[in-house]
Amino acid sequence: MKFQATIQIMLKESVNDPQGNAVLSGLKALGFENIENVRVGKFVSVQLQATDRSSADAEVNAMCEKLLANTVIESFTYTLEDVTT
Amino acid sequence: MSTKFGVIVFPGTWSEGDWLHALTGIMGFDAEYIFHKQTDISNFDCLVIPGGFSYGDYLRPGAIARFSPVMGSIIEFANSGGPVIGSCNGFQILCEAGLLPGALIRNESLEFRCQKQHLIIENNNSPFMAGLNQGEVISLPISHGDGNYFVDDVTLADMEFRGQIALKYCDAEGKIAETVNPNGSVSNIAGVTNELGNVLGLMPHPERVVEQILGGVDGIKILQSVDHFLSRKLLNE
Repeated sequence: MKFQATIQIMLKESVNDPQGNAVLSGLKALGFENIENVRVGKFVSVQLQATDRSSADAEVNAMCEKLLANTVIESFTYTLEDVTT
Repeated sequence: MSTKFGVIVFPGTWSEGDWLHALTGIMGFDAEYIFHKQTDISNFDCLVIPGGFSYGDYLRPGAIARFSPVMGSIIEFANSGGPVIGSCNGFQILCEAGLLPGALIRNESLEFRCQKQHLIIENNNSPFMAGLNQGEVISLPISHGDGNYFVDDVTLADMEFRGQIALKYCDAEGKIAETVNPNGSVSNIAGVTNELGNVLGLMPHPERVVEQILGGVDGIKILQSVDHFLSRKLLNE
């Protein structure tokens, strides 16, 4: 089976996000005055082969833990889509 | 028998030449490069992970270098008490590898900061710091965009208790203030050690201030410290 993993990595709420703050002030300068908070994260798209959904899930979770996110400062979420043709 | 320094080179490392010059040309030590694909590092007594942009800083600074073939040997070396110093990108790699607590994120100002910086010695219980006194103020240059040290409050308290905070950003008089924090680091932290003290990570570049023509010689104190440590160790063996 072929799966499409769509992974989102964000700095944890407890970690200050300088990029998010800069984007926030940029947007405010443009006139978007109602903005309360901006956080900038990463988006990673991974296609993988796996025997079933649960093994694909285990694999994606492991890649996030080991490399794609640094869990000291970041949290991650992902969705898995079966794209077998 | 003399001690031997190894300077690790990843694709994108850029401070290895300065380190080799400081170690051999200035200090007269025996040192050579270790390419990141090398796994046998058994003939080295001290390892240096220099600054730069290993693997282009892709994903996060240090994230990809952490999985280079040489890293397994470095982790083994560090865990058996071998002295390892990581400066700038080297500090980031040591954090990514889990050899040091915390992580380094984007400077609060979002600016790349390249400037001289006063630093106060918070703890000197590391082979690299033994020749310096607690409370002493030194000056080293910084040169980074991702030097904003983050660690959660619980871990920070633990590190303070164990004396793992090595260096903090301060002013010329040694006063620690937010105004002299160049990157937003928690508690003005510029350098930390592991529990044992044998692994030191710092954002400043000691290798860049080893002769007066470069604007200072404070880096020599760190290199001398580890040399004394290694010489004593050799005598005892």
